[in-house]
Amino acid sequence: MLYRENGQFKSTYRADQQVLPIRQDRWFMAAVLVFAFAVVPFIGTQYTFQAILIPFLIYSLAAIGVNLLVGYCGQISLGSAAFMAVGAYAAYNFAVRVPQLNFLVILVLAGLAAAAVGILFGTPSLRIKGLYLAVATLAAQFFLDWTFARVKWFSNYSPSGAVSTTPVSMFGFTFETPAEKYLFVLSVVVVMTLVAKNLVRSHVGRAWMAIRDMDVAAKVIGIRPVHAKLTAFAVSSFFLGIAGALWGFVHLGSWEPAAFNLSQSLRLLFMVIIGGMGSILGSFFGAAFIWLTPLFLNQVPAALGVQLSTATISHIELMIFGSLIVFFLIAEPHGLARLWAIGKEKLRLWPFPH
Amino acid sequence: MTLQPKTRWLFAAAIASTVAAGGVFAQATAAKEQFFPVISYRTGPYGPNGTPWANGYVDYLKMINARDGGINGVKITFEECEFGYDTARGVECYERLKSKGPTGATVFQPLSTGVTFALTDKAPTDKIPLITSGYGRADSVDGTVFKWNFPLAGTYWTAADILVQHVGKKEGGLDKLKGKKIALVYHDSPYGKEPIALLQERAKMHGFELLLLPVTHPGVEQKSTWLQVRQQRPDYIFLWGWGVMNSTAIKEAVATGYPREKMYGVWWAGAEPDVVPVGEGAKGYNALAFQAGAGQAAVHQDVLKHVYAKGQGTGKQEDIGQVLYNRGMIHAMLAVEGVRQAQKRFGNKPLTGEQVRWGLENLNLDPAALKRLGMEGFIAPLATNCIDHEGSRKARIHQWDGQKWTYTTDFYEADMQIIKPMITNSAKQYATEKKIEVRDCAKEVS
Repeated sequence: MLYRENGQFKSTYRADQQVLPIRQDRWFMAAVLVFAFAVVPFIGTQYTFQAILIPFLIYSLAAIGVNLLVGYCGQISLGSAAFMAVGAYAAYNFAVRVPQLNFLVILVLAGLAAAAVGILFGTPSLRIKGLYLAVATLAAQFFLDWTFARVKWFSNYSPSGAVSTTPVSMFGFTFETPAEKYLFVLSVVVVMTLVAKNLVRSHVGRAWMAIRDMDVAAKVIGIRPVHAKLTAFAVSSFFLGIAGALWGFVHLGSWEPAAFNLSQSLRLLFMVIIGGMGSILGSFFGAAFIWLTPLFLNQVPAALGVQLSTATISHIELMIFGSLIVFFLIAEPHGLARLWAIGKEKLRLWPFPH
Repeated sequence: MTLQPKTRWLFAAAIASTVAAGGVFAQATAAKEQFFPVISYRTGPYGPNGTPWANGYVDYLKMINARDGGINGVKITFEECEFGYDTARGVECYERLKSKGPTGATVFQPLSTGVTFALTDKAPTDKIPLITSGYGRADSVDGTVFKWNFPLAGTYWTAADILVQHVGKKEGGLDKLKGKKIALVYHDSPYGKEPIALLQERAKMHGFELLLLPVTHPGVEQKSTWLQVRQQRPDYIFLWGWGVMNSTAIKEAVATGYPREKMYGVWWAGAEPDVVPVGEGAKGYNALAFQAGAGQAAVHQDVLKHVYAKGQGTGKQEDIGQVLYNRGMIHAMLAVEGVRQAQKRFGNKPLTGEQVRWGLENLNLDPAALKRLGMEGFIAPLATNCIDHEGSRKARIHQWDGQKWTYTTDFYEADMQIIKPMITNSAKQYATEKKIEVRDCAKEVS
């Protein structure tokens, strides 16, 4: 009754091609953005910013990156965290060696560096597919882990191999309080999401999806697989690189190479699978599910006043979390984004389902 | 509604007394509690090592409450947060606990190099000190740059220096190390790499050859490393591992036929979980003891009497006195004494992290203080100041005889002639990189 597009007529192609064609969706999105930008900074605590929202937003950005490659272009990658590491270390080196750079410039440069490395490690995808490609990208993970641990230049010859970042500043303004950092990350994520959303609706995204669905057919209709696959790797790594730079500079502040290890890659892949392959919205759902559910489960017993040892809570958390993953994958193999879409369909018919 | 005069009085009195009682009660609970966050790992890859440490830490806090009623009347409250050695979760725990209690978190002790690095960046903004006793950045000894870090009672450079001194002594003088080969088998992470700088410096001085043999996390696969040991036959091996890597390394040494007597672990590679799984093969293996190894002092009797006798113990009674349990206890003691010292200046009330920081910077645990703590002869005396956040750089070697750890040497002291310039240089580089203003200790009134 409330959610129905009756009476919303499109009279131009432009109107028909909007990101959100239904008015209610636009209102909803506007409300979410106003809430995130104008309300959350005033009501959030330090804990919600630093432990929940900032990591969630950065993970969402990274998950979008992985989704572009895995969900839209169908190239399975197990090296996502390595591309984040490239972004983080590139940002670190630019910040240390060219201290006067604006952080926004650093972010873009970090993204470009990651994109270049992504193209390099994406070349095997021209010859190999599926699981074989997954193994090839695993090599990227190991190789880059090794590089950042071994080649001392990347960590500016710090004796322990760990790096420590400079404060995030641009145009003479330094982001210091958690709320400021949150707003900065949020702005970056919103802009990048818009870019991603439009990209997948453009001819580039359509080429990726054609390759994903059937590469031979795509070739026949004139899509260049080399171009499509490598752009997917480049754009995906660009997103991951920026996410990595944010993770290093805004979230951690200083890190060791293990911050971007294989388990981080797997975590990102799970976000995409559970959130929904080939869905930008799904990336946010996946990031929220993987990052927030364990935190929630971990704090439930204390909130209910149940006295349990932290070890027990942690074991229970893992068990419930694991079974939730299985449950969601059985209930909806296409991910949380698909559940959301079904919910919207149901809402259109409500209260008179047929 | 109109009330009779008498009823009105009663009503007013009732309200007044409720408010007053509530106020006093609220003040009483708010005024007399010092909150200690405990971020620990009882699960995950390093759970077997994290558990005894956390037990010791928590037991000591419980004992102070039960025996003394808190620190000078200020009751200790604590909350544990499990992070499973995952840096992102450790940071989340930090954020969760940092503002609990009437004055916020007292001090953080993450027991993880990754979390230490991340918190080093956050602690100054939140004004909470960080004790990284026996781990973390070696250069954070320099209090002029690392105002909030306290690597109390030993860093990795101290550890490496003492190990070199020890093998030098075994050879009959440091000059006899010339031409010898020492291998460092290390966890390939900042933790394992930290001692390299010092060992290279010492290698240059004494002319021994340093072999660097990294082991990738978590360290269950070490065949290639030990193949190199078999080929190169180093005279000594320094083991810089944690968790399962240690027991695996000792097992590999058994398989390679490398004498365990010539292996020396850092203090994170010298506890029961490292040697017990190896069984007989671990006999003769040496390691540094961080201040105290295994065994019990007077303070353990208090823990048994005031905590375990009442059924309040965190772990199993028979595990008291294990190496990592003792370490947890020492770490808790350092935090508590930091608060006690700060109370001398700021009064016997709950203190903020900033006030406790002052206490940690002015710690003075002389033999008399150690006797009061029930740790006489158990650990070495310690005194910190604005420039020196380490306070004591002494350690002993202990050896596993198949049943228990026993000391084989007396305290060695690390040579500051060598370490001091390295600390200053490294800290200076950090300060320029991070744009930190270096403190001038002479100008600060203490």
